[in-house]
Amino acid sequence: MTDSTARQTWMGLLARVPARTLEEKWDEFGLEPEYTVLRQPEIGGVMVRGRAGATGAAFNIGEMTVTRCSLRLPDGEVGHGYVQGRDKSHALRAALVDALMQTDIAETLQRDLLKPLREGLEAARANRAAKAAATKVDFFTMARGED
Amino acid sequence: MYVAVKGGEAAIDNAHAWLAEERRGDVAVADLSVDQIREQLGLAVNRVMSEGSLYDAGLAALAIKQARGDMIEAIFLIRAYRTTLPRFGASRPVDTGEMLCDRRISATFKDVPGGQLLGPTFDYTHRLLNFRLAADGEAPEAPQADCGADSVPHVTGFLNREGLIQTEEDDAQDPPDLTREPMELPASRALRLQALTRADEGFVLGLAYSTQRGYARNHAFVGELRIGAVTVEMDIPELGFAIEIGEITLTECETVNQFTGSRTEPAQFTRGYGLVFGQTERKAISMALVDRALRWKELGEEDQGAPAQDEEFVLMHADNIQATGFLEHIKLPHYVDFQSELELVRRLRAETGAALSEAAK
Repeated sequence: MTDSTARQTWMGLLARVPARTLEEKWDEFGLEPEYTVLRQPEIGGVMVRGRAGATGAAFNIGEMTVTRCSLRLPDGEVGHGYVQGRDKSHALRAALVDALMQTDIAETLQRDLLKPLREGLEAARANRAAKAAATKVDFFTMARGED
Repeated sequence: MYVAVKGGEAAIDNAHAWLAEERRGDVAVADLSVDQIREQLGLAVNRVMSEGSLYDAGLAALAIKQARGDMIEAIFLIRAYRTTLPRFGASRPVDTGEMLCDRRISATFKDVPGGQLLGPTFDYTHRLLNFRLAADGEAPEAPQADCGADSVPHVTGFLNREGLIQTEEDDAQDPPDLTREPMELPASRALRLQALTRADEGFVLGLAYSTQRGYARNHAFVGELRIGAVTVEMDIPELGFAIEIGEITLTECETVNQFTGSRTEPAQFTRGYGLVFGQTERKAISMALVDRALRWKELGEEDQGAPAQDEEFVLMHADNIQATGFLEHIKLPHYVDFQSELELVRRLRAETGAALSEAAK
């Protein structure tokens, strides 16, 4: 069984990455593995919760759209995809990558697919953070003219 | 009283066909794409997501297009769609302390750790129409700066360290959900917050403003306002652990309000809370003020009879879809109701007329 922390990391990445980016990277990869779909891609909602005062009792903010899918590889590895939005092929691809990450091509996938995807997301985050940083207020005190 | 009436079918079909034509407008002008609405009318999209109670920018943009920009109609479309979705579950409460902040300001501390980040704000603009936007093709670029690895802790956290502000304790309860069970009063704070976060922005703004003008004044300072992205995690039963299922933008407002205290209890600031989908800061600030006003009972304050303190008044009238449904139904055929009223008035008039002519004899 694969380490759940590592699996959490790649599943989270596959959920957050834009569907189109995953599709492009997957196509570049050029794999066409066989699989059996266990649960057809399904669009649903997840109720998002927050906390009163950020640390207090939980409350419901509203739902978000999520698409999920499960499949099995011929050798028995089961992959699950839970992705943000309503793109069924995104969920299917995420489930497929999740299943393949449990096989011996995991290392290659990690290097050539997941790593560039993660770097893409990190670059986008860094770009936003840099723009926010440029709007940081730099207070200075005016000369008070005390003498 | 309602009586089934037939007819009008052709009129309705033609009305809808004309609506579709009007929605499209002048065909000499390029059709507006859903992507354009999502990318360039982002704050309208955010409002539809928050009041529609469904975080999906593409759907909100489509709803705005279909509703010809009528926000409440767009929200209605999203609410209707939402009810068709199977519910996969509920997320773990999001951690706004870990937010990747686009904007983060405090009106109470100038030198707050993490700094004052203005973000993409309308504040400090001159509110002059920019006619250059009428000429197309502008693609401005924002400057960037080194951001280091500053953490951006919550301002109320500092106050709390000194015990200067009341603590918000996790009650480890599953929160009630007004989309599943009808709202019952008195409502818990969790239920009030859910009702407020999806409430009509204008209604909540008006109520919040009324508290500032003196109807249950609660002396609010914006301790902190932050806007940015948080990851959403959910426990997946078939996996036995939680995974991140996405990333959403939220606006959070924490107000620091008038203090309470007594001879036995040291003085302490109180707080109000707003948390809303998307970049929606007017709504989040309003929500925090109204949340605080509604807490009068648990904080042992006096009932001033102000609208913002009246839970029933606030919660039962804050939803613009409920309000619009009831309001607009009165324009639909009420022929029979009206016929009976008409008959009654005619009879009363006849009786009065008869009485008057009797008296004149």
